[in-house]
Amino acid sequence: MKGRIEIDKERCKGCHLCIGVCPKKQIDISEELNSKGYYPARFQEENLPDSEKSKCTGCALCAVMCPDVAIEVYRETKDENEPNDEAKEE
Amino acid sequence: MKKVFSRPRSLKETPFHYCPGCGHSVIHRLVAEVIDELGLRERTVGVPPAGCAVLAYNYFDVDMVEAPHGRAAAVATGIKRILPDRVVFTYQGDGDIAAIGTAETIHAANRGERVTCIFVNNAVYGMTGGQMAPTTLLGQVTTTSPQGRLARREGNPLDLSQMLAVAAGSVYIERTSVTSPKNILKTRKAIKKAFLTQLEDKGFSLVEILSPCPTNWKMTPSEAIRWVDESMTKFFPLKVIKDAV
Amino acid sequence: MAKKVLMRGTHVLGEAAIRAGCRAYFGYPITPQNELPEYMAAAFVKMDDAVFLQAESELASINMVIGASVAGARVMTSSSSPGVSLKQEGISYLAGMELPAVVVNMMRGGPGLGNIAPSQSDYFQATRGGGHGDYRTIVLAPAYGQEIADMTVAAFDLADHYRTPVMILGDGMMGQMMEPVVLPEPVDLASLPSKDWLLDGCAGRPSRIMRSLWLDPPLLEELNWRLARKYEAITREIPDQEMYLLDDADLVVAAYGTAARIAKGAVHRAREMGIRVGLYRPKTLWPFPAEALAQMSRSIGEIIVFELNIGQMVEDVRLAVEGKCGVSFYGRPGGVVPTPEELARIISSTYHKLESRRHGGADISGEAGLRAVGSV
Repeated sequence: MKGRIEIDKERCKGCHLCIGVCPKKQIDISEELNSKGYYPARFQEENLPDSEKSKCTGCALCAVMCPDVAIEVYRETKDENEPNDEAKEE
Repeated sequence: MKKVFSRPRSLKETPFHYCPGCGHSVIHRLVAEVIDELGLRERTVGVPPAGCAVLAYNYFDVDMVEAPHGRAAAVATGIKRILPDRVVFTYQGDGDIAAIGTAETIHAANRGERVTCIFVNNAVYGMTGGQMAPTTLLGQVTTTSPQGRLARREGNPLDLSQMLAVAAGSVYIERTSVTSPKNILKTRKAIKKAFLTQLEDKGFSLVEILSPCPTNWKMTPSEAIRWVDESMTKFFPLKVIKDAV
Repeated sequence: MAKKVLMRGTHVLGEAAIRAGCRAYFGYPITPQNELPEYMAAAFVKMDDAVFLQAESELASINMVIGASVAGARVMTSSSSPGVSLKQEGISYLAGMELPAVVVNMMRGGPGLGNIAPSQSDYFQATRGGGHGDYRTIVLAPAYGQEIADMTVAAFDLADHYRTPVMILGDGMMGQMMEPVVLPEPVDLASLPSKDWLLDGCAGRPSRIMRSLWLDPPLLEELNWRLARKYEAITREIPDQEMYLLDDADLVVAAYGTAARIAKGAVHRAREMGIRVGLYRPKTLWPFPAEALAQMSRSIGEIIVFELNIGQMVEDVRLAVEGKCGVSFYGRPGGVVPTPEELARIISSTYHKLESRRHGGADISGEAGLRAVGSV
């Protein structure tokens, strides 16, 4: 089961609470300041295409912890994991 | 991939003005999530306090009326009595509800007003810059208890929730915190139960939520949540204080 | 002929409020107005669309009024002097949020605990506002049972029309006195204008915010000036007074409420002594009916302001006449209710001093002599 998150860099205030709760340690601190002068949190697998993302499971603990509703969470659903029959036969 | 977590509908897009790591922000989201889950957005009236959370009316996409400092429970009483089939909640800090608003809150509870109070306890007056509050802990230094709160001089931290539990009209009172995903989800469950207590016309409900205030405690957000877990819960243990639903 | 009933002032006020569509009352016991909450409790218990609640304090009750008003109800609270002091912050919020409400003050002796006898010592608090911020409160001053009924109805209409708190300023005597009154016709609640600003849950519309906090100064200034324009309109549109025996008057007694009734008796007695005196009785205390008084001031000798306090409305009279005629004051504070004879003697001595000044005659009493010399 794979997932990913999107962190709204402008909304994030760099409180880093999400970093502490991610079971896979997939969030760190960005080097670029946002317009308010915070170093926002950064999803490490941010730039990998979905297919190569492996660690984030979309558990959403980061989003639950985030005070500023700055994180949106996506998770692969069951049918996305088992590609449908035609795809299998190819 | 399916989106499994996003902003609740009852929360406006407006970014919070709250400090980084402030508990108000999380609690706003939880109240909005419960309002969405129970489908109450269009029949809810919220009563924010004077304090950091006065600007709650900029964030909740529900009808909101600002109450004078401490008087939210009385304003809510006035609204609920006129509109008994609407859902009315107050959102108050510890200074608002347990200092200046003690009488209004105790009497609303005693009358069993069908309103829900969200009591955010961060042990200081936040908006005004970190003064001592009724819930400031013994030994806790604030701008108006520079040597640390002394029982002999400033009295002990006031446990309003326990006091309210004595009032017959209060039906459901729980104290939770927002220091971890687990505690946050427990807080959401408590808020939901409080709203249901109101919806089922059982009586007065209140959820006290221990909440970090990094700026005024002069801590980082992570240190603040640890302080809540290790120090605040000693005076204010997390538990269901009353459940007569 | 409409049916007259003999009713006590507080009961008249309660019944008139209900007939004016009042469906919410929050109060607290305090003499001398207890009969009003008692009346509302007894009446509302028989009505299924009305809310009566005795709050834990006057302070809580005015905040319940804020809630009920925001929810759209015609709402009233009542108290007496010390209790009204506790409501001042709430009244400031009602003004700031432009919320309608009716607040009744049956004044008693003050300051502090004072006593429970009738007085007019809250004039400044009522007309200048005892709360904080740039706001005014419409203040209506009945003097007769019938006026209590009529002004109560007017209070609710004015409150809704201007979206502002309205105060009915009576006193302990007026609340207890029984007089024959014709009660107003009950208003049809459905016919009242709808309130597009109320909060009742945002079904089918955007959510609304009702607030008085405007952190950004230019926004608060905008509200302040909007309120100022409202107060200017009120000052133009509703000042009201009774002008009694003033056509040929050389002396004028200015008084309101119970004091005006005493003054009327004194005016009659002074007339019998051949003194051309009349009564100027403000019915609205704010906005103060200054115009008629100002016009008269050129043609009269002196205004005697008579109040049941140590002198408050006298300042508004001085402001109105701007020095064009003499203004003197006679008051009895502390809940003492003087007789018409007492005031008639004051009128007569004032008249004789005036006459002697006019004819330059040597005045017999030392004090008058001083005044003759002084620039008064």
